[in-house]
This record gives sequence, structure tokens and C-alpha cells, in this order.
Amino acid sequence: MPLTVDPILLDPNQTNSSLTNVINESARHNEINANTSKDQTMVLNMGPQHPSTHGVLRLLLEIDGETVIKCAPDIGYLHTGIEKTCEAKFYQQVVPLTDRIDYLCPMTNNLAYCLAVEKLIGMEIPERAEYLRVMLNELTRIQSHLVWLGTHAMDLGALTVFLYCFREREEILRIFENVSGQRMMTSYFRVGGLSLDPPIDFYAQVQAFLKMMPSKIDEYENLLSGNPIWIGRTKGVGHLTAEEAIALGVTGPPLRASGVDWDLRRDMPYSGYEKFDFKVPVSNDGDVWARYVVRMEEMRESIKIAQQALDGLPSGPIAADAPKIVLPEREKMKTQMESLIHHFKIVTEGFAVPAGQVYQAVESPRGEMGYYVVSDGTAKPYRVHMRNPSFATLQALETMCKGKLLADVVAVIGSIDIVLGEIDR
Amino acid sequence: VACHVGKDTVLENCPDNTALLALNGMPGLLLDAKYDRDEMTLTVPREKIVEACEVVKVAGYNFLEDVTCVDWYPSDPRFQVTYHILSHRLKQRIRLLAMVSEADAAGTAIDSIIPVWPSANFYEREIFDLFGVRFNHHPNLIRIMMPDEWEGHPLRKDYPVEGYR
Repeated sequence: MPLTVDPILLDPNQTNSSLTNVINESARHNEINANTSKDQTMVLNMGPQHPSTHGVLRLLLEIDGETVIKCAPDIGYLHTGIEKTCEAKFYQQVVPLTDRIDYLCPMTNNLAYCLAVEKLIGMEIPERAEYLRVMLNELTRIQSHLVWLGTHAMDLGALTVFLYCFREREEILRIFENVSGQRMMTSYFRVGGLSLDPPIDFYAQVQAFLKMMPSKIDEYENLLSGNPIWIGRTKGVGHLTAEEAIALGVTGPPLRASGVDWDLRRDMPYSGYEKFDFKVPVSNDGDVWARYVVRMEEMRESIKIAQQALDGLPSGPIAADAPKIVLPEREKMKTQMESLIHHFKIVTEGFAVPAGQVYQAVESPRGEMGYYVVSDGTAKPYRVHMRNPSFATLQALETMCKGKLLADVVAVIGSIDIVLGEIDR
Repeated sequence: VACHVGKDTVLENCPDNTALLALNGMPGLLLDAKYDRDEMTLTVPREKIVEACEVVKVAGYNFLEDVTCVDWYPSDPRFQVTYHILSHRLKQRIRLLAMVSEADAAGTAIDSIIPVWPSANFYEREIFDLFGVRFNHHPNLIRIMMPDEWEGHPLRKDYPVEGYR
């Protein structure tokens, strides 16, 4: 698909507000065009349907020749008002909505939301559920990084990697389908635990995947790491220092690629992550290459964590013993009067959550995903706000692209791994 | 789980919380405090939000995670602007609250904290867009999610879920 070119010549006397004016007055661009004549820069409209913007990101780029002078993201094309919808649902009914925020890591969203509500209720969940949550979250991270690697490499011209990545991603989606019945919008986690015990063949399936995956990561690296085109397109491109990254709210792999050793799984553990042994990959280079290296290492660490979770998986229940919050087992519901009453009450009235406000952050594949849940004591959340990593990271785009070539914008967008679903919500 | 409500109670029970001590050390900065479910919530006057952010930043809370708003309609003050700030060094998170009344929301609501943390830019635009709370000295306070010509602020409690028909 070709670039949507919108050649608006700007008045050189106009300063900072010129891009804002373009956003607000794009309908009148012909007038602007007619009124100006001697200009040095032009505005290029990239997106919202450009394939390398990973969704519906629209960028307004002010360029001087091929050099980017300004870069203003224009977002909101995918805004669906999920935060507003959450306020009209019971606590349990919000879980399927969270899948749809960051559609590449549904399990991570589920986990963050469930942990927040469990914190509001003050609920302990069984160790088996914690281990399964950790295992599925790490599989989600690998799955998301595979989509990132495939599309990022494709943006920069390496088409083969995309097919390889999606081949392995398919295996993870099969695991998800086996465990939850859905490939992408899993909604597998519940407030209080998990919805079902995994089927018997699940463990062998995960084990086979974990055994196969390390050699596949080597395979991707063989395709890319020594490739002179890949190195030329990524090394020294889109540089971000540690100070800039912190000031602009960057989290996750881009933050660690800029030399900040911070990972919520290790530094503020949740869902039992303190029981697992893993390394946090950090790089000091701060460029697109460093983000590539950090994510590739992260996939290897995720395999290690998932393997530990599989090996040490305790037996026991998969949901907390809280009959007024967790739905009863199907068999009990059909045979016991009390379970039937609980089932009916939970489905029709939900469950009341004590008043208060909590913020629960987890390390998603893209960075810090935080759920801020406010309860007023009723069965529906008073306010749910999602702090999404891509939304903040997008603000660093201009710093990374300024003064660089237009072609590097594509490399930088790929390297911060944005998902527009979570930016616009 | 311990729950402490009120400035004096929290000061007594959490004597080693860095942010609490830093804000309490400055005159007129700490209005109220609450320690609930392992989370520290500190209420500051809305006129002094920038000063409060600078104080906690100096105290070691270096990373702004999130800015959002809660609409407590029909109470007054109506809007609760919420800041979540993280310290990488202390491995600790605090929540700052600033209350804004409906009368102030469209006028001199609250100062932008972009001078302290540039990452507040998009968050403040989002609050302006969805709640209609203005931020003074914001360089580019325009709608971010909704179309420019949209009427109303969807996340307000008096805005119906299905929108106006």
C-alpha cells in the first residue's frame, strides 16, 4: 500500500502550533497550500492505514527533505470507550473486555485486572492457579514477541522471519485454544483463580513447545543478527537515553534497552514471580538494535520461567474457596442446592466488592500495564482505568525520530512494539 | 490487612514512608493521607500539585506511571485527579490525589505537571478529553481520543454509556 501523501506546505513563520493547526484544519489544507509559497519543510501524513504503523496510528511528520523535524502522533481511531463500558458491567464481566485492550497479550490483561480485584477483596488464590497464571503469561510474552519480531523484520524488508515467527506462534495459540477454548480472546482467568482445570494433554503440549522453542530462537537470530541490512537498519537508529526514557514514561523492553534495570516481575513481584529464577536482560545502547537484543533474550528467559512453572506445578484447586465470588463446579451446581443458589446469585447479581481503590501493575510484553480499579462497594466497578505501556511509549517517538531519516521512523515504530488497541482503548 | 485513615494516624503508623515525610515536611502540602491495602494515598491541594510533584521527585520517586481522573458526581469537589508515581530506587509506589470542583474544572482547574514529568502530556490530554478537566500551561491541550468536534466528555458519570441520542 503506498503512503498517503498529504503535501501541505507550511508557513515558515508559523512555529510550534503549526502541526496542531494541521490536525485541526486538515480539511482546509488547500487554503493553506494556496497562501504559502517559499517553504523549506513539508508535512507528510503517514497512516492511519499504512501497514507499518501496526494498526491505525496516524503520524504527522514535518520533514525537510528526508530528515524528520517534527513527529506528532494522532491517535483515537480505535477508541471504543472500554473504560466507560467497564462501569456498566459486573466485576466478572469486565474480564472479556480486558482481552480486547491489548489483543496480543490477553492473558496479561486478564492477570492484571484479576489481581487488582483480588487485592480489593483481599483474596488469596491457590498456588496452583498462580503457577498456571505465570506459565500462561510467559507463553503470552513469547507469543507477543513473535508477532513483534515477525512484523518488525517484515517492515525492514526481511519477509522470511515473519513466516517463521507465525509458525511457532501458531503452536502457542493451539495451547491457548486447548486450555481456554479460544485462540486469542482467551478470558481464561477469573477473579479468584482460573475458569477450568487445563485438559490432561495440556502439560505434554506445553513441554513439547518449551523443548522445541530455544532452537527456533537461534534460527531467527541466524536469519537476522549477522545480516548486514538488518544491522544497518537497526544499529544507532532511534536512540533514547535512560534519562529521556524515564522522563517520557517509557517502560518494558525499550526502557531496559536504554540501560534502566527495572522489571516489575523481579522488583515488585506479583502472582508468585518471586519463586522463579530468571535474569532481566539489559542493554546500554538504547537503539533499535538494543531493543531487538533485549526482546530476544526475554523470550529465552520466558521459556525458563514457563519450564520452572511446569516442573514445579503444585496440585490442588484452581480457584479460591470463596463460594460467593467464584462460580461453583458444574457438577456441584447440578447436585447441591446451595451451589445452585450461589451460581444463580453470582450470575444475576454479581458480587459486591469492598469500597476502595487499588493500582495493580504487571510486566506485559510491552512494559508496565497497570489497572486502577475504584470500588464504591457495589457489584460494578465505579471506575476502571488502564495504564497501558504503548500509550506512554508513543510520546517518546518524536525524541527517537527527530533529526533522523524518514525511513527510520518505520524502524522505530517497529522497535517500540505498539498495539493500537491498548493506546486507544 | 492494615488500613489507616487520616493524616495523623498514617504519620503514626507509617513513620518510614519517604513520600509521606517529604510532603509533611513542607508547609501546607499534605491535606490528607490514607494507607490501605499496602498502598499509600496522599491528598495535596490542587493549587500546589506541581510543587508536590517536585517534592516527591526529589525524595526519590522518579517515575510517573499514570495520571487519571475519577468523577465522584454528584459530590463536591467532583473530580479526583489521580497520579501514580513510582520510585525505582525504593521499589515503592505512591498515589497523589488532587480534588477539583466542577466550577473549577472548565476554568483554572489544575496546573499541568509537564515541567516535572514530560510524560504527563498525553495523560492530561486524555483527562481533558474524557472528563473535561483543564490543565493550565499545557502546551497542546486538545482532544486525544474523541473527534475534535465531539460534544461532551464521555467518562463523566452524567454521560450515558450509550451516548446521547
